Amino acid sequence: MLHIVACIKQVPDTKIIKMNPKTNTMDRASAPAILNPYDAHAVEEAVRIRNRYGGIVSVLTMGPPPAVKAIKKCIEIGADEGYMISDRKFAGADTLATSYALTKAIDKISQITPVDLVICGKMTIDGDTGQVGPGIARRLDIPPLTSVKKVEEVNTEDGYIIVHRKIEDGHEVIQSSLPCLLSVEKEINDVPYSTFPNMLKATRYEPHIWGVADLEDVDIKQLGLKGSPTIVAKVWAPPKPEGGKMLEGKPAEQVNQLLSVILEKKELFEVKGGAE
Amino acid sequence: MNFEEYSGVWVFIEENDRNIAQVSLELLGAGRRLADKRGCGLAGVLIGENVTSLSSVIFENGADTVYVYDQPIFKDYRTESFMKALLHCCEKHKPEIILYGATSTGKDLASAVATDLPTGLTADTTELDVEEDSGLLLASRPAFGGNIMATILCKKYRPQMATVRPKVMKSPIPEPGRTGELIEENIQLDESDIRTKVLEIVKATTKKVRIDEADIIVAGGKGLGSSEGFVLIHHLAETLGGAVGASRDVVEAGWIEHHHQVGQTGVTVTPKIYFAVGISGAIQHLVGMRNSSLIIAINKDPNAAIFEACHYGIVGDAFEIIPLLIEQFKQAMAGEEVKHAGKV
Repeated sequence: MLHIVACIKQVPDTKIIKMNPKTNTMDRASAPAILNPYDAHAVEEAVRIRNRYGGIVSVLTMGPPPAVKAIKKCIEIGADEGYMISDRKFAGADTLATSYALTKAIDKISQITPVDLVICGKMTIDGDTGQVGPGIARRLDIPPLTSVKKVEEVNTEDGYIIVHRKIEDGHEVIQSSLPCLLSVEKEINDVPYSTFPNMLKATRYEPHIWGVADLEDVDIKQLGLKGSPTIVAKVWAPPKPEGGKMLEGKPAEQVNQLLSVILEKKELFEVKGGAE
Repeated sequence: MNFEEYSGVWVFIEENDRNIAQVSLELLGAGRRLADKRGCGLAGVLIGENVTSLSSVIFENGADTVYVYDQPIFKDYRTESFMKALLHCCEKHKPEIILYGATSTGKDLASAVATDLPTGLTADTTELDVEEDSGLLLASRPAFGGNIMATILCKKYRPQMATVRPKVMKSPIPEPGRTGELIEENIQLDESDIRTKVLEIVKATTKKVRIDEADIIVAGGKGLGSSEGFVLIHHLAETLGGAVGASRDVVEAGWIEHHHQVGQTGVTVTPKIYFAVGISGAIQHLVGMRNSSLIIAINKDPNAAIFEACHYGIVGDAFEIIPLLIEQFKQAMAGEEVKHAGKV
C-alpha cells in the first residue's frame, strides 16, 4: 500500500506581519498562524496521488502544541493521519537540526506503515530556505527531487516515480526509484475548498503527538539550537531607500518632466560592458 | 574540527549546454573579494561532461584554481552524482567557504551537500562579507518574507556555505588571458549508483519573459483596480520594448502568471528603468527591485511606501498618466525602431 508522508509547518503569515518601527522587531501577535501555503500544495498533491493509486496520506509536523491546528487543516484537505513532534528540545532548530528531527519521526512512522514517498512544500514562508526537504532525503538516504511541478506517474509495482522538475528555462522529466522525496512548486495543483465531511473529520481528529523520548536512536546533540550549525547573529531592518524626487504639476507637466529625466539619463541606454 | 586545515573560497560553477550561468560569474566576482580580504585563493568547481574547456572563462573571471570533474556520468545535473563529486572535492581540498547560485540546481545541490558534510548553509544570500582574521563568513539575507534582514553565521563547522541570489552581485570584468591552475579530478561512479535518471529536458517553447534579463520593466500592482486596468501596463511595456512585472497580490489575483512576479518570492530584477505603477511598495516587493538603476513610481496614494524607494515619483491616476506617457514616448521615439528583443 502506497504510504505518503507530507511534511508541513505552521507559520506566521508574513504577508500580514507588522514590524515595530522603534525596535525593528516583528510583532508576531500581529500575524495569524497559518499552514505554510506551499505545504498545502504538498498535502493536496499527496491526496491526489492517493486518490489515483490508493494508499494513505500522513502529515508530519514539528512545532509547539498550537501547531495541531495546521495538522487539522491538512485533514480538511484530505490527509488520513497526522503526526506531530513537540518538545522543548527541538526549539531553535535550523534546517539541519529540523531535518534530523523530522527524519527520526519518519523512521518511527515507517515502523507503523513503511513510507514510499515523502512530500514537502518548496519552502516555508517564514524561513524561505527550501533546505529541509533535501535534508530529510539525504538523512533517509533517498533521492531528493526538488522544484517538482507535476507528478506524471507513480508505479509502486516496479518501484519508480516520474516527475517534471522546474529548471531555469523549462523543465526536466525525471525518473526516480521509490522511496524518494519531492518538494513541490505551488503551480503543481490548486488546493480546493474543504468539503464538509473533511471539516467534520478535522474537528474530531486527534493527531499522534510525540516528544523526544518517543523517538528512537536520537542523538540529543543534533537537536534544536545545539544541533544547528547556523546562528542568526544580527537582525536589522532593510535599509530605507532614500525618498525620490516628486514631480509636481498637472499630469501633462509631470509626464514631460519624467520624459526629460529619462532622456537625460542617456548612460542607462548605452551597452553594458563587462561580462555580458 | 581543525579549522586551520580549511582554506580558500570556492564557487560551484553552474553550466548548461557549455555555457556558464551568469550567476556563477557574479559569484566569482563576490568570491574574489572575499578571497582577497582573507588572503587566500579562489577556486571554481566545474562538474559536467566535455566541460574542461570552460576553465579558461573561469580563470578570466578571477579564479586561481579550477577543479574539474569531466565524466559522461555528469552529462545531466543529478543531485546524487554531483553531490558525490563535490563531497569528494571537499574532503580532498578542504575549502573554507563555498558559494552556489540560488538557482534550482544550486539550491538543490547545496542542501544535499550541507546535510552530508554536515555544515551550515545560508539560503538566498544578498550580501556577503568575511571577517579578515577569523575567516567567518557573514551571510546576510532577507528573512520573514523580506520584513527584516538577518546576518547568519556558521561558527563551528567548515566549510561555510551559502546560496546567493542571481543579479545581486556584480560580475567581474573578465581579464583575457588570465590563467591559473587546472586540477582534473575524477571519481568512480557507476550509473547503477545513481537512483534518478533524466528522461528528457524540455526547454520552454513559448518564449517566456525573462524579466531578470530585461532592461526596462513596467510593473503593475493592485492599485490598477482590475485585470482590465492591468492592460495599461502591457501597453506601456510594449511601447518601450520592455517586460511586464507584477507585485505578488496581482499574481495571486490571477491577472498575470507567476514568472512575472518581482520580489522576495518572485524574481530579483536589475533593469535600467523600473516603472512601479499602482504598487504600494511592500518590503517583499522592494527586496526584488531596489537595485534597478532608475526607479519611477506612479501611485494615487501620496503616502505609498514606494515613493520612499523610487528616484522619481508621480502622485496621480495611472489611467491619466500612463496614456500620456505612451503618447509622449511614441513622439519622442518617432523614427527610432523599438527593439523588442523578445522581451515583451
